[in-house]
Amino acid sequence: MIETISILAGRNKKGEEEPVGRIDLKMGDVVSVVGPTGSGKTTLINDLELFAYGNTPTGRKVLIDGVRPPPEYGEDPALNPIALITQHTTFLSDLPVGEFLETHARIRGGDVAGAVQNTLAFANQLTGEPLVPTIRMTELSGGQTRSLLIADAAIICNTPIVLLDEVENAGIHRGRALELLRKYRKIFIFVTHDPRIALLSDFRIVMQSGGITKVLRTDDSERRLLEKVTRIDDTLTGLREKIRLGAELNEMELELGGIL
Amino acid sequence: MKLANRMNLAICAGPSTTGKTSVLRHITGKLIAAGKKVAFLKIDVQFAEEDVQFQREFGIPARKVYSGELCPDHCNVMVLGDALQWAHKAGCDVLLVETAGLCLRCSPYVDKGFGMVVLEATSGINLPLKVGPMLSLADVAVVTKIDRVSQAEREVFRARIQDVALSVKIREVNALHGIGIDPLVSHVLASHAITFDAQGRHESMLLRGNPPVGTCTICVGKKEIGWQSHFGVVRALEDQTFYRGE
Repeated sequence: MIETISILAGRNKKGEEEPVGRIDLKMGDVVSVVGPTGSGKTTLINDLELFAYGNTPTGRKVLIDGVRPPPEYGEDPALNPIALITQHTTFLSDLPVGEFLETHARIRGGDVAGAVQNTLAFANQLTGEPLVPTIRMTELSGGQTRSLLIADAAIICNTPIVLLDEVENAGIHRGRALELLRKYRKIFIFVTHDPRIALLSDFRIVMQSGGITKVLRTDDSERRLLEKVTRIDDTLTGLREKIRLGAELNEMELELGGIL
Repeated sequence: MKLANRMNLAICAGPSTTGKTSVLRHITGKLIAAGKKVAFLKIDVQFAEEDVQFQREFGIPARKVYSGELCPDHCNVMVLGDALQWAHKAGCDVLLVETAGLCLRCSPYVDKGFGMVVLEATSGINLPLKVGPMLSLADVAVVTKIDRVSQAEREVFRARIQDVALSVKIREVNALHGIGIDPLVSHVLASHAITFDAQGRHESMLLRGNPPVGTCTICVGKKEIGWQSHFGVVRALEDQTFYRGE
């Protein structure tokens, strides 16, 4: 069982040594990666996926529990440490949800029925639209799809890292998602600029010009913002929902949300 | 110019639109960054512009050949010798060959080169069961578009490759962003280096697989529908292939 995955400094695009010598990602950590386009988020994912050891363009090294992973980790894709979910990730299958999850759970072995049940229960807490085993994958809404992708990655996949690349605007309950995810012994990495997810993270890895420039721990002063940010965010979500239902907006929502 | 007397050869196959060219572009960029001189050959049936793209982007010797009436994999066998001489004369130490990958019975890999099949994760979880020797005779199966499918489908796809081609190494890549390409570059450079003698002739090579029975009356232009109109090795719907004729 993996406890920690560490990233040792390499070089940025200009060939300069990264100032953060070592970052330890521990099971149960929720981490955000931030930085503008081209700042090197993709190459960081590349280094983690390949268990880089000075053999990628950045020269970074990745350790498992403090030591260099054995070579088969780089060779065998079944040991790939990252389950990746991006904005483009979707299901192609047209099987019913239950059957689909069974196919996946079966190649993983263990308690298939239990895994399917837990995955559905998890997904149902992330989305407002109920997910039942008989619904076909192709009939899922955007929110249901994201919820199921995340639940499947967290429960059926055995990767130590689940990486969510800018999936925050996909109709899932973010606050609840993070609260639930923390219960699983995994490292959750969000590539995101969403203030709510950033504030709920343990720390943020800041990237620029292909290198990690600093690590920001979410301290008490930032955490104090969380309550207000959550209120603003929930209020905006409420407004969005009203617009979706064809309702008219008035100041009441803002007052109820404590914004005015 | 002093010519290298050794060359790595990588042959890349795979169905249309799987991202063969994208994978090879990333490999080319990384080989050049590692100080290698690379040549590129594209074999296609009737249209290709990759040679122009590679020339423009990397400034390397690049060319294409149209197989036309010849099967593209057979065309590969015919022209590969000339292509090695061409790349050798151009002073290159790696030759990358991209094939059209149309036929699921042949495979273009040779015993002394590196063989790579590119499959896309988006093509359905049963694809690995359908592509035959193009997959089973490869050294490495490169799986592209992994960010497009659920982790579940990615894992099932991988398991299906292992079902039919246990000894083939699998590399999952994101060819759009170049994730996972570095190990492929190492594979190419670690493959057998083809030697050239003082006259610039390459050592002899063999196709890895056994090509299927190829000559039939349809190949030579008889167009009538129905096996009754043909002879030689034929096939009926309810029968295995059999011989008809003298």
